Amino acid sequence: MTLTPAPPGTLHSRLAWAITDAWVITCRDLAHWARQPGAVIANTLLFPILIVLMFGYLLGGAMTVPGGGDYRDFLMPGMFAMTMVFGIGATLAAVSADAARGITDRFRSMPMATSAVIAGRAAADMLNSAAALAVLTGCGLMVGWHPHRGATRAVAALALLLLLRFAFVWTGIYLGLTYYRNPEAVTAARTLEFPVGFLGNPFVAISTMPAWLSAIAQWNPLSSTVSAARQLFGDPTGSHPSWITDHAVLMAVAWPLLLIAVFFPLSLHRYRHLSR
Amino acid sequence: MGTSAIACEGLCKRFGKATALGGLDLAVPEGAVYGLLGPNGAGKTTAVRVLATLLRPDSGHARVAGFDVARQAAQVRARIGLAGQNAAVDEILSGRQNLVMFGRLYHLPIGAARRRADELLAQFALTEAAGEPVRQYSGGMRRRLDLAASFIVAPRVLFLDEPTAGLDPHGRNEVWQTIRTLAGGGTTVLLTTQYLDEADQLADAIAVIAAGRVVAEGTPGDLKSLAGGDRIDVVLRDAGDLVPAARLLQARFRADVRLDNDSRELSVPVTGRLATLTEIIRSLQDENITAEDITVRRPTLDEAFLYLTGQQPPSSGTAAPAPASPSSLPR
Repeated sequence: MTLTPAPPGTLHSRLAWAITDAWVITCRDLAHWARQPGAVIANTLLFPILIVLMFGYLLGGAMTVPGGGDYRDFLMPGMFAMTMVFGIGATLAAVSADAARGITDRFRSMPMATSAVIAGRAAADMLNSAAALAVLTGCGLMVGWHPHRGATRAVAALALLLLLRFAFVWTGIYLGLTYYRNPEAVTAARTLEFPVGFLGNPFVAISTMPAWLSAIAQWNPLSSTVSAARQLFGDPTGSHPSWITDHAVLMAVAWPLLLIAVFFPLSLHRYRHLSR
Repeated sequence: MGTSAIACEGLCKRFGKATALGGLDLAVPEGAVYGLLGPNGAGKTTAVRVLATLLRPDSGHARVAGFDVARQAAQVRARIGLAGQNAAVDEILSGRQNLVMFGRLYHLPIGAARRRADELLAQFALTEAAGEPVRQYSGGMRRRLDLAASFIVAPRVLFLDEPTAGLDPHGRNEVWQTIRTLAGGGTTVLLTTQYLDEADQLADAIAVIAAGRVVAEGTPGDLKSLAGGDRIDVVLRDAGDLVPAARLLQARFRADVRLDNDSRELSVPVTGRLATLTEIIRSLQDENITAEDITVRRPTLDEAFLYLTGQQPPSSGTAAPAPASPSSLPR
């Protein structure tokens, strides 16, 4: 009995082959959710909701937004973006676990399209993040937040958030394939997610920060996406006039594209040369 | 005939300053079960990773199933199976889900992937646990699933990198049985192991490697002969007689006598079996040393290993009784 598959010849059939492979890998993650609904609900859904409630109600009373506006309206775009940041850890953990346990090597020894494993990973993570964003939006609507500038701008804001997540997918894949032998590094990367958020504008307005910190915070790629989302949703922006804040939408496109341009080729290279 | 399923010449691979492969030459005939035997760090895993297209060699050539591993990696990948040191299966999915997924990645249509998964589950005695998540499987079951996954397309060449590492004796026996069945179907198997008894049990031919080169090659029997012919083991009644008896026999036969305090045992390499046996008995009687047991035997693979690599075997496994910590005679 020989079932040996023939690797495809033409460009068209190669592409179809790669898409099939990537889809099988994506389905693997979807099957994980079906097998462990509890873990998915806790990690991707409950955690952001908990933070919305904590910051919105517990700490929110002490917060004032410079330039005026409701703190919960200010917070929601920040929370959307933080959910995208938390995705780095999820990608990193999944990628490093597969690499450490030899599953990635099994894939690499199979007649699969080279790009399929990481492309499938990226697709699964994007689906996961889109679902998380949908739940968080629902949560926002329940605490009284809503977009003020129409559906088109709201969709554009969500698209910018997912673009940031897409950039973080490649960051996470690269870090996962680089540090999979070192579980401490993986844990450290995950605990660094919060500081990344606090060194930006998701929770507090940049104008309240000391000068040196505000310089860092406004050039944090996360801040551009948050500012752009606030503008597009019509939420308070915590007025901080500067070049980068004035061009928030442009920078919310530019930063993720830059990250993708750096980490996509690095990820592919790491995958191809995984064995040290 | 004369075709090699695996052929490599002068394979070299360095990691920084460490040499993992220092000019590896192998020729594994079609259908053979070939054992790559060596201690940790001998280059076994690196060799498998190069042959399975996971790692590019710095120099040298390798062909697997007739294709060059560096230039025709896709063709090689369509014809090999790989089971590494860990069971590389998804722990969250069930056994069946794993096999269907891998089948899909070999581009079987979904119906064929499902049928193949069920066939393999039956063949590897996993049908009952097919729907359970893999994290609930025993170590032996995981390895069997891992082997099943590497066997989806009935590969021409199957690489097994320490397939029983970390298993208990029961799990190891299960996996051995499975490997014998797979090899019976005509697949060429390259098996790495640091367990001497495992190579002895499974392989038709063995290459002993050290520092990334083959230091000896042959059947298990050939390698045992290389270790220096037959040995006579003498168990003494009194541990106190051990050193005097060893000195006596060493002087008498001019041979390297090894002794083991725990089992009160001496081991003497010999050439003429019966003549030496009677001489040993007479010499010991002359000195009033009582022997409880005397056996003439072929050398074990452990001794061959020691002789060939100049170092202690890292592990002798559990199935074969190996001489317990042989030490050199104090002088």
